[in-house]
Amino acid sequence: MLRIEYADYEALRAHGEETYPNECCGVLLGKNTAGEGDSTETINHVRQIVRAGNTRTDSAHNRYNIAPQELVKIQRQARGLGLDIVGFYHSHPDHPAQWSTTDFAEAHWLGCSYVITSIEQGKAVTTNSFLLRGTGEDDKKFEDEPIQIDIPANLAASGAANQKGSA
Amino acid sequence: MKIHIPTPLRSYTGGLETVSIPGATVDGVFQQLTVTYPELKPHLFTPEGKLRSFVNVYLNDDDIRYLEGKQETAVTDTDELTIIPSIAGGVNL
Repeated sequence: MLRIEYADYEALRAHGEETYPNECCGVLLGKNTAGEGDSTETINHVRQIVRAGNTRTDSAHNRYNIAPQELVKIQRQARGLGLDIVGFYHSHPDHPAQWSTTDFAEAHWLGCSYVITSIEQGKAVTTNSFLLRGTGEDDKKFEDEPIQIDIPANLAASGAANQKGSA
Repeated sequence: MKIHIPTPLRSYTGGLETVSIPGATVDGVFQQLTVTYPELKPHLFTPEGKLRSFVNVYLNDDDIRYLEGKQETAVTDTDELTIIPSIAGGVNL
């Protein structure tokens, strides 16, 4: 499961709207924690998102790449915060929020979450997360992963009040 | 010298984010790394012994592929190596 604060979730979707019609990309910093009870599920708990530049300026509308040097800096930043890289996000302009064969071929961070947001005509529509499972390149696979969005109590309360008001 | 291990490979270093490995060159440190943590080897190198194309290795802030001495570049105890798999993708054409 991917667990993320509402503000971070909204921010990564907004990033995709800003870069439309090009793809955006970024890194999810947090902690990988064990699920509750007997569950073998692990949770990639996001504590911070970091925007990254898309180096694929030759084909930015349908490709993304994060410069390794930028990743080195982001990993260093994570270390300073006591966090780890637990996933990545990118957008699919005018394409579904499903992983592509290119996404799969280029995915190498086993155990990490790959979040994809579809941006239709400049608006963020669907956001999905896929967990890259496996022990190596030979048996890796993407699995659909639920997203738990943590909404601050004050925001949730105002949302509930709004709903009552509109009923 | 210190070697920083990316999240997916830490299961092969006992969960350690940073490991200390002695050596005089980048190659020497890497050889020792895979002796100390043998399970790392197939994830870093092809069966022919070449660094996998999607594995980037940085000596401090420099990609070792572009260092003058490449993997034979001399290192000291205060240098740091970072292993960082690539991140890329995109929609199908």
